[in-house]
Amino acid sequence: MGALDGVTETKFTIIDGGRVAEVGEREGVELAKRAEAAGRPVAVDRDERVAYLGVSARERANVLASLEAPDFTLPDLDGRVHSLSRHRGTKVLLVAYGSW
Amino acid sequence: MYEELRGYGFTVVTVALDRSAEDARPWIEAAKPAHPSLIDTAHVLADLYNIVNVPTILWIDERGRIVRPNDVAFGTDIFKYITGLKAAGHLAALRAWVRGEATALPEARARALQSLPTDGDQQARAEFGLAEWLYTRGRTEAAGRHFVRAGELAPHDFTIRRGTMPMRGIDPMGPQFREMLGAWVQAGNPYYRPLPE
Repeated sequence: MGALDGVTETKFTIIDGGRVAEVGEREGVELAKRAEAAGRPVAVDRDERVAYLGVSARERANVLASLEAPDFTLPDLDGRVHSLSRHRGTKVLLVAYGSW
Repeated sequence: MYEELRGYGFTVVTVALDRSAEDARPWIEAAKPAHPSLIDTAHVLADLYNIVNVPTILWIDERGRIVRPNDVAFGTDIFKYITGLKAAGHLAALRAWVRGEATALPEARARALQSLPTDGDQQARAEFGLAEWLYTRGRTEAAGRHFVRAGELAPHDFTIRRGTMPMRGIDPMGPQFREMLGAWVQAGNPYYRPLPE
């Protein structure tokens, strides 16, 4: 048997827009580099073998400048999810706060 | 306020940018809101709307359009003594808009008042996203490094610098917060950024 038989490549986690994928380390680093080259913000932790691919300022700014309120879906205390878009047809006061 | 205005085709949606549902629970249970009261541990809303501190409010009209961009307002005068921002002005304006007695900001004005994210803001949010993912998996030491890095990239973003304190074992009302705030304000920076009247 060769020295490398049975050795599997280390896993790497890619978090992209809420989706989490497990890939090989080489592929993970390649995906992160490609996202960076495409102008996306990328945060990497090589020790933890995980990368987070964010959304560019340009993309976010374009949507905001259109004044179209970006939709989101989030849970309440009981885990029931709500979307902003279901309030179409009513005026909405959106309040972000924190217990801190 | 919500009870008074809901008959006019109006709702409030609150979003807690908190470490966990448990951190937000006492606030929500005390308020017993009849409107959606949501939890956002991953700061999805901050990323979408470029929110850098709390409280931040926006008005969204029936067509789903932003008619008042990110502003600072408090529902009550409880915090007025700290902030110098009065609740009454915002409530009167909100009431008039909901009742159709006044229009919101014209589009050009709303656009001019928007604060749009920079590359640094979005790089900070990527670092935050990585940190939050690590934190929820118990990898707190690695998470801490990326929370700190995020704060360095966007020093004006207190959803990061203060909002992550509970995840870094720091009291967000304690001496480390007061020291950070003191240095920030002393350097001539605003902690809250309300829209000009």
